[in-house]
Amino acid sequence: MKIFRFRGGIHPEGNKDPTACHPIARLPLPQRLYIPLQQHIGEPAAPEVEVGDHVLKGQRLARHQGSVSAPVHAPTSGRVIAIGDHMAPHPSGLPVQTITLEPDGEERWIETEPAVDPFALTRAEVSARVRDAGIVGLGGAAFPAAVKLDAGNRHPIDTLILNGGECEPYLTCDDRLMREGAGYVVEGVRLIANGLGAKRTVIAIEDNKPEALEAMRAAAAAHPGIHVLRVPSRYPMGSEKQLVTTVTGREIPAGKLSAEIGVSVHNVGTALAVCRAVRFGKPLVSRVVTVGGGAIRNPRNVVVPIGTPAGDLIDFCGGFTEPPTRVLMGGPMMGQVLPGLEAPVVKGTSGIIALTAAEAHAASERACLHCGRCVDVCPVGLVPLELAARVRAGRIDDAAELGMGDCLSCGCCAYVCPAHLPLAHLFNYAKGEIAARREAQRKAEETRKLAEARRLRLAAEAAAKAARRPARPAETVETES
Amino acid sequence: MTSWTPNRSPVAAPHVHGRSNIPQVMRTVLLALLPATATGVFLFGWPALATVLLAIAGCVAAEAAALAIGKRPLRHTLADGSAVVTGLILALCLPPWAPWWLPLLGGAFAIVVGKQVFGGLGQNVLNPAMLARVALLVSFPLEMTAWVAPQPLFSPTAPGLLDGLAITFGGGAVPDAMSAATALAPLKHGGDFAAGEALLALALGTVPGSLGETSALALLAGGALLVARRIVPWQIPAALLGTLALLAALFNQIDPAHYPPPLLHLLGGSAVMCAFFIATDPVGAPVTPLGRAIFGAGIGALIYVIRTWGGYPEGVAFAVLLMNAATPLIDRLVRPRRYGRLRTGNPIPLAPKEDGR
Amino acid sequence: MTMILSVVAVAALGLALGWLLGLASQWLGATTDPVVERIAEALPGSQCGQCGFAGCAQAAAAVAAGDAPVTLCPPGGRAVAEKLAQILGATFDPGNLPDRGPLLARVRTDACIGCSRCIKSCPTDAILGATKQLHVVLEEACIGCGACAEVCPTGGIDLEGIPVTLRNWRWHKPGVGHA
Repeated sequence: MKIFRFRGGIHPEGNKDPTACHPIARLPLPQRLYIPLQQHIGEPAAPEVEVGDHVLKGQRLARHQGSVSAPVHAPTSGRVIAIGDHMAPHPSGLPVQTITLEPDGEERWIETEPAVDPFALTRAEVSARVRDAGIVGLGGAAFPAAVKLDAGNRHPIDTLILNGGECEPYLTCDDRLMREGAGYVVEGVRLIANGLGAKRTVIAIEDNKPEALEAMRAAAAAHPGIHVLRVPSRYPMGSEKQLVTTVTGREIPAGKLSAEIGVSVHNVGTALAVCRAVRFGKPLVSRVVTVGGGAIRNPRNVVVPIGTPAGDLIDFCGGFTEPPTRVLMGGPMMGQVLPGLEAPVVKGTSGIIALTAAEAHAASERACLHCGRCVDVCPVGLVPLELAARVRAGRIDDAAELGMGDCLSCGCCAYVCPAHLPLAHLFNYAKGEIAARREAQRKAEETRKLAEARRLRLAAEAAAKAARRPARPAETVETES
Repeated sequence: MTSWTPNRSPVAAPHVHGRSNIPQVMRTVLLALLPATATGVFLFGWPALATVLLAIAGCVAAEAAALAIGKRPLRHTLADGSAVVTGLILALCLPPWAPWWLPLLGGAFAIVVGKQVFGGLGQNVLNPAMLARVALLVSFPLEMTAWVAPQPLFSPTAPGLLDGLAITFGGGAVPDAMSAATALAPLKHGGDFAAGEALLALALGTVPGSLGETSALALLAGGALLVARRIVPWQIPAALLGTLALLAALFNQIDPAHYPPPLLHLLGGSAVMCAFFIATDPVGAPVTPLGRAIFGAGIGALIYVIRTWGGYPEGVAFAVLLMNAATPLIDRLVRPRRYGRLRTGNPIPLAPKEDGR
Repeated sequence: MTMILSVVAVAALGLALGWLLGLASQWLGATTDPVVERIAEALPGSQCGQCGFAGCAQAAAAVAAGDAPVTLCPPGGRAVAEKLAQILGATFDPGNLPDRGPLLARVRTDACIGCSRCIKSCPTDAILGATKQLHVVLEEACIGCGACAEVCPTGGIDLEGIPVTLRNWRWHKPGVGHA
């Protein structure tokens, strides 16, 4: 099958060997689980339990709110001991509404409803099971999977792509998942294809994962509609836009969804979760996390219950060999710093990576040389050095005109910059600024309307008052006379 | 729980970096210039070495002074090595036996007027070394055209160390017996063009001229290193030399008597030096491959035009400065196409659906 | 003689061309938007009066004439000040304006006596409450102008910065210099 080349991209050092060679380990139950009500894009889930309730594993703790949302389930059986603020797995360290669970150690499941024949279910039934299981994109984006499936109803999907890219350095959770659970992954992707009505399925795997390629090929051999495709390992191959271009040769038009050109992309972990939900009726309560980086004593992949504090994971992997310069959630290119070791693992956490100073290659910032390496590597075709100059000068609107909104925040530009400019940071700041200004403008227009309405109201009241006044003197004259 | 204190304001992604940095880039450029410098110093002797050192000293001193006046960190900025590179490139464009004040003044002018006045590294519009060369040429035409025939070190006619220092600091004019015209002189003053063996001499560098004009081979070696390490984009030298060769070939076909063959243009004068080391200064060059090709082609064409019909025998410096001025325009007009959009910037239109959805 | 001739010739040329340029600027001059209109559009338009002028239109006229600084609008904050500076083509020094960000009014439940003076003063009708009942500020409509806080007899209205939550948290601008 032909593959196409996407523009730009880089080849960062993979550093995947330390974790890729070990099988997935299982974390013993932590003492506490902190389950945030917002682990996905969209509205947070609304709690359905109260403090003191005893819950079973897989029991729904919070229901979805609105159309873009997802429910949250108990990762194990135990007692709800708090519902309130807890540190969010977000670089700001701000709190998020969280349900604290004290495991009872028994791991008792609720009664699940496995499907007798998952492939006989209608598309609506598949979508409902996926939604009720609280499945979101496990690649990190955490977009509710059911909403993506429903998009298939509005737009015909001809190609379903399973994203086995895992282009970020250090991360190998998808790699190990494909090697150890190929059968379930393939079943999951077939269920998703059914749910979308996709005509063909492509499982795209980067060429730095030969064992995964072999395992998936073997598992998919029996299904002619599925094609396992070897794609070059170039960052950001795992990014949706770039993967779609590589596999289909088409580009997603700016501002549109991939579904609108008939393509849907899902992560390997998401497919496995879909299989568990649709076939076995089990909601999303755990995921595989890569614990890696030079500062971790025993790096490996671990399957953890959602809500496990990051510190427990690190302790399980032997703790730090030296004080890390950064501890990240996700990969080193787009992941963000962990605000603290109490922050929990959530549905979108693909890795906990502790980097040593030697691995980070940080250096002091210098002046932009105009060398153009950032332009060469940008997968979107932007001119980062130009954008950075505008943003630094405070000309955010000019940056927006030059295409700031198209930026993927992939970090390729910052990776190659010889001056070590904080390009990705500048662009994240700029995008936040643009969003804030848009919001301020929207509010200003609304309040302008309110002020206008008030002016009209007061004018109408004054006019009504003036209309009543002349009548009175005439009346008094008449009554008096 | 393992204890570890997070940062107060979050550090942003990405958290890893490729291993490139500016001082390393500058060091590689200096390494690439080493063969040509060594050849030049060998061919022209101690005064040439003095010129090189004085130019570099002038640049570094001027940069230190400018930074001190502007109250900016001295060691950090000087450590990036860009002043040294500017000094060396300038020295390679000067007459090897120049009086001591010429490279010193040139270096200071390059850094102060060509770079710091604009705001320091990365802010200048024009190539500092070329700006200084042009300023010196216009101000001191005699000293800037006092070319000397090569006097290889340790050869009988070459000045010894003390004599060499006397030439540099003594202020004496170049002895008539040693002065010579460059290979490009016949273009302006009439005469036979170098051919055959003389061209080989041009390639090796055993001809009169500035240090950077001479050994084309040494320069090519350095240039190849820079292209291989991706420090220099290949589009600029390719377009520059290609256009120069093309124009030269064209006119040479029309009238061989008046228009020299391409090889003379390529090997004589500082075309090769310009192609790999001067035109490729990233600060003054466009950032897209097509933009760079246009830039290189423009310089090549201008070099040919100035050499053939302009007032000076060598057009490199002027050509580079003129195209530097055009770079902002080139960058504005030549932009990459953004993903998901047409060249106009509008989103790619969706294909109309068959079922009318 | 030639020198005098050249001086005269060049001077005459310069005068002639300069005169032509002057004519051109009159006949071919570009029509610009009235600056006042563009400034008025950039202002919030809620006629709150915090700038000291009767309304946003008067404030716009003052800014255009140079009688008022670009930082005159408290509810507009830094964003509006930057926009005005851009329209006028002036340089804007953000150091003058503390970037507290937009403010919201909040009624202190222990201090509210239900007199409704705040309701009458609010330019966007952002306060709800019946007479003698507890009043509340609608955050979506409040522009943080502070008019209500000024008229409240018990001092029961506080102007607070919008709290930072996960929803509205933004990346800070990276500083220049050694990381």
